[in-house]
Amino acid sequence: MESGIFFSDYRSDMALRRMPLQKVRTGLLLVGLVVFPLLANPYWLNLANQIAIATIGAIGLNILVGYTGQISLGQGAFMAVGAYGSGLLTVRLDVPFYLSIPAAALITAFAGLVVGLPSLRLKGLYLAVATLAAQQIVEFVVTHWDGLTGGTEALVVPAPELFGARMNTDGRFYWILVVVALAVALFAANLFRSRVGRAWVAIRDQDIAASAIGVNVFGYKLLAFATSSFLVGLSGALLAHYRSIVTWERFTIEVSISYLAMIIIGGLGTISGSFFGATLIVLLPAMINTLGRSLQDTAPWAATVLPYVQQGVFGLVIILFLVLEPEGLAKLWRNVKDYFRVWPFSY
Amino acid sequence: MAQAQTQEPLASTCLEVNGVTLSFGGVHALDDVALDVRHGEVFAIIGPNGAGKTSLLNSISGLYRPQQGSITYTPEPKAAPVSLVGRAPHKVAQVGIARSFQNIELFRGMTVLENLMLGRHIHMRGNVLSCGVYWGPQRREEIRHRAAVEDVIDFLEIENLRHQAVGTLAYGLQKRVELARALALDPKLLLLDEPMAGMNVEEKEDMARFVLDVNEEWGVTTVLIEHDMGVVMDLSDRVAVLDFGRSIACGTPDEVRADPAVIHAYLGDAE
Repeated sequence: MESGIFFSDYRSDMALRRMPLQKVRTGLLLVGLVVFPLLANPYWLNLANQIAIATIGAIGLNILVGYTGQISLGQGAFMAVGAYGSGLLTVRLDVPFYLSIPAAALITAFAGLVVGLPSLRLKGLYLAVATLAAQQIVEFVVTHWDGLTGGTEALVVPAPELFGARMNTDGRFYWILVVVALAVALFAANLFRSRVGRAWVAIRDQDIAASAIGVNVFGYKLLAFATSSFLVGLSGALLAHYRSIVTWERFTIEVSISYLAMIIIGGLGTISGSFFGATLIVLLPAMINTLGRSLQDTAPWAATVLPYVQQGVFGLVIILFLVLEPEGLAKLWRNVKDYFRVWPFSY
Repeated sequence: MAQAQTQEPLASTCLEVNGVTLSFGGVHALDDVALDVRHGEVFAIIGPNGAGKTSLLNSISGLYRPQQGSITYTPEPKAAPVSLVGRAPHKVAQVGIARSFQNIELFRGMTVLENLMLGRHIHMRGNVLSCGVYWGPQRREEIRHRAAVEDVIDFLEIENLRHQAVGTLAYGLQKRVELARALALDPKLLLLDEPMAGMNVEEKEDMARFVLDVNEEWGVTTVLIEHDMGVVMDLSDRVAVLDFGRSIACGTPDEVRADPAVIHAYLGDAE
């Protein structure tokens, strides 16, 4: 706590951004988000859009895993439900995307509720295996129910229209994604400074004490599954409309694992960590690719081994984080802030 | 059972435990236990290790479900009695029963303030939507209950710890925060499982004072498990003694101290 700053009412003491410096940083972030698309080329806009979608999904997963302590391997499945849900609503029923996306998110929330049922009895790794079953079932249904999903064929979703403009460029889609991602981040941050979020963290920390203090543990676990799945479905649905193509390969168990990597590297139980982790996991392969392309002429041999290096670096980064900073990028960011708060003094 | 030696007229029964039997497989943790706690008193449960004290507390707060017997709770004199057997723990909390644990069970990742705010959980109404939106009704609710929590913080003198993560606090302070969290629930009946275990003399004195203050100023009926006989005899209005899952005595501290069955359980026979 900074010295010399006093709060004289609860409202300002409970604000999301209490300190003047925090308000400045948030302002800078917003300005940066507005200025970015004016300066960036389509390549960077594409990456930014991917990051925004991944951030929404990672916040969703973090609510369940990082905050409530229920491990889930079903991230890919929930994204698939959101993506196919919204895609099919648009293609088959001509539902406009601003209705189909929330509808798909609600459908995913319901799916999450069903997948969450085993959490009444199962904890930890056992629950993870139960969610793994959900992942496999959804994959199977998507690839085999040809009549509904088109099976292994790709589902083509037309680019959405908003105010008469077709959202078919990275630049236009950027605005949708940034607004939704910011809203989701704000929503989640609010959750965890009020009643429902506290109950979730209580379940993670001490479920017996949580029940003894009056938290309906099973009810709140289901609520966490539903809320988390809603956001994950939202991210899947946005991905469907952004890519304008839905295929089952985008929603395999690998996706579940890379999202788990995001929130672990970013920081379990933090909103900012979800964003940091999503950024790293999206940028890392892209940066290695870029490096590969620039090396193509000077050192062709490097370019050929690069795809393998990419896999290795990915694993290495995760291991390094687990060893060096288990609390993730969010903690690193906190360390940086702490350092500069008292700079140039050490205390 | 011996006549209570209080000058006041007999208070009405707050908690009545009757014939409670609880077994885990072949182990009888509780065997036909009976006791009654009156409104407004400090009631101690004592007994050697493994006597079933904590099992009894867990049965009251809904964590265990006894196979036989009844546990009846009357929130206020002349209120309708509530049966606690088979009631889920969170529903036991909802009728105004709060507890602390023998091994501190705080929410370690949260601050003292957030732990205490959880004590207000049953009094709040916020749902996912109102909490996610926050502005408006939810903020008003949070502020209202923050004020209630501040009263408890004030009462237990932990103002300086408000924003600290509970995992970083010293043991004695964690015990105090756990009492605070239970008090934040605004309970009618408080169950304390060894609130002074592992404390030094000074910390014990503080805690004893808080327990008495809570009882006298807030009128909270208190049931506590304690091993320190000095504390038990000084604090409690009445004492129940358990031994091998059976209740062997119940009465004022002096009566219990003189009871041959209690002396037998604690010291054995002089043969």
